[in-house]
Amino acid sequence: MSEFLQVVLSGLATGSIYALAAIGFTLLWQAAQTVNFAQGEFVMLPAFFVLIALHWFGWPLWAALLFGLATAVVVLGLLFKKVVVEPMLPNTGLPLIIATMALSIFLKEGTKKFYGAEAQPFPPLFPQETLHVFGAAVSAQDILNLTVSLAVVVALTLFLNRTRTGRCIQATAQNPAVAEILGVKTKRMVLYTFLINAALAALASFLISPVYLAKFSNGETLGIFAFIAAIVGGFNQIRGALVGGLLIGVLDNLTATYITTSYRAALPLVLLIVVILWRPYGLVGTSEGREV
Amino acid sequence: MKRRALLVTAAAAATSAFVAVAPVGTAHAAGTVLIPCVCELSGAGAVSGTNYRDGAHLAIKEINAAGGILGKKIEMTDYDTQTDPQTSRALMQKAIDSGAYVVMGTVYSGSTIVNMIVAQRAGVPQITGSEAPNITQKGNPYIFRTSSGAEKGVPSLTPYFKHTLKTKKIAVAWVNNDFGKGGHDVFIKQMKKAGIQVVADVPSEQGQVDFAADVAKIKQSGAQAAFVYLNEEEDARFLREAKKQGLKIPLVGEVTLTGQKVIDLSGGAAEGAFAHVGLATSAPVFKNFVKKFRDAYNRDTDHNGIKGYIGIYAIKYVTEMIGKFDRKAFAKKMHGLTLKASKYPGMMLDTSWDNTGEMLRTSFMTEVKNGKQVVIGTVPAE
Repeated sequence: MSEFLQVVLSGLATGSIYALAAIGFTLLWQAAQTVNFAQGEFVMLPAFFVLIALHWFGWPLWAALLFGLATAVVVLGLLFKKVVVEPMLPNTGLPLIIATMALSIFLKEGTKKFYGAEAQPFPPLFPQETLHVFGAAVSAQDILNLTVSLAVVVALTLFLNRTRTGRCIQATAQNPAVAEILGVKTKRMVLYTFLINAALAALASFLISPVYLAKFSNGETLGIFAFIAAIVGGFNQIRGALVGGLLIGVLDNLTATYITTSYRAALPLVLLIVVILWRPYGLVGTSEGREV
Repeated sequence: MKRRALLVTAAAAATSAFVAVAPVGTAHAAGTVLIPCVCELSGAGAVSGTNYRDGAHLAIKEINAAGGILGKKIEMTDYDTQTDPQTSRALMQKAIDSGAYVVMGTVYSGSTIVNMIVAQRAGVPQITGSEAPNITQKGNPYIFRTSSGAEKGVPSLTPYFKHTLKTKKIAVAWVNNDFGKGGHDVFIKQMKKAGIQVVADVPSEQGQVDFAADVAKIKQSGAQAAFVYLNEEEDARFLREAKKQGLKIPLVGEVTLTGQKVIDLSGGAAEGAFAHVGLATSAPVFKNFVKKFRDAYNRDTDHNGIKGYIGIYAIKYVTEMIGKFDRKAFAKKMHGLTLKASKYPGMMLDTSWDNTGEMLRTSFMTEVKNGKQVVIGTVPAE
């Protein structure tokens, strides 16, 4: 029983990080109708901004985190939109998707060149204490990762549904032309979406790096798992990203413990195939039509 | 529009292909001898490959400053395999086509298994940092190790498990690549021979980040000790998870578990871990090398830096013994050769190669104490 609880709780903690990264996929899909294949690297990079502030500037952790967040919002939000997305957007979806793949390689290799190939220790944000729940050892870090992810999803959902700006963002995502006719500043709304995505990626980076360690290649696995989580949960629903992320985190651990560790990497893909066959729009997603 | 999109796609694909195979460096000049490094400079093996390459460059700088080999300066071109076996195979061919005298690399066993066939076919000696047992068991006369394979290292731990820890039940956590599988297979045979029951056999993927299930499995198995045979970063993540879950049994490794990088990354969780290592950077004999490496690159190396360094020095000494740049004669001379450190100081330790290219050398028992790797004993070469 304690073993079961152990792997479920650990899976939820890991899955919550996949969920934060997966939300980025859903946001950009709604804002720019594109898939950002550099999303994993977006989560990898902010940790290095923090390490630069810590080790090069000698700043305290709280200031370094603020620096990391601000830099991520500018670089991965504003610059990404202005330099990569806007010039490519008129060329339909495919070139933009390829551009994000190229960006992924650039960020990964650039980080390696600039900061080195070795993994770097990242300071923990929370106390390193372990709590014992019915025989299962759970770290405060795991509990807070899960709590923060859930809080972000709730806050983001409330923001999008209950505020004027949030509804304008949704209107822009659903039909930019009509939204513009109705007086919504669509360009600004799209920009907000990119900035929110960058901030979420930075948050995921700060939460996961104490466990994953900061390394240039971290985005590879994370990006794939988050992409699958977004599809499994529903690409057009923020809560779908949460469901998908948590599901993959837990199932991965349960498979490794009770079935096989050898094929655990295949599980998300199997889950993806099953969900696509059963509910092509994801577990909590809604079907949507698009002009092609 | 479609045509434009197609062109963009083609351009991106062509660029990727070029990046994958382009060497980092220039064609070699006359009056030099080319020793390319086909190494893991990116991807999962970047730490190992980069240290191996930098150790080799350090030796080259020293040798060139002293006049080179037989009056020729060494030129090293770096080829990044991206830790991908098929890319390493293509780059090995490219390195050989460029006129390599001897090739350094690769470090990851999965790549070496694939690319060593290319070097063998071309008759080019290859100095590898890999440790999977099967590398020297394929009858390849051109492959030579820079550290002992797992079939030499892992058995050194059996007396420790049997007599010191008095273990009856043991668990093994291993990385499911050629390096890990080689060590795992030797370990299982050794435990069977020693009468120790393996109660948990837990493979993990290279680059795995979540070890909660692995540790939970070992914890529930009733094992009295665990053999941890993973790559450095996975070691650190495993140790962190073991500490978190309160796994109290002795954790014993081979090669990587007590490395300084693992100690630094594990955030204190490596304390008390024990390992047998072929090349311990904390051993007094390597003190001078470790300092030189730090001065040159402003960072510390792991054992792979030593491997690269002694690999280049071995090439120099053997070439000077045969008196010419002859690949076949080089390979022949290496088999059954012993280089005494007193006469050949670049080797740092007395080093021998048998007729398969396997290396024999004194190795070390280490433990993590107060955040540092400490040598607690030596194991004679057998």
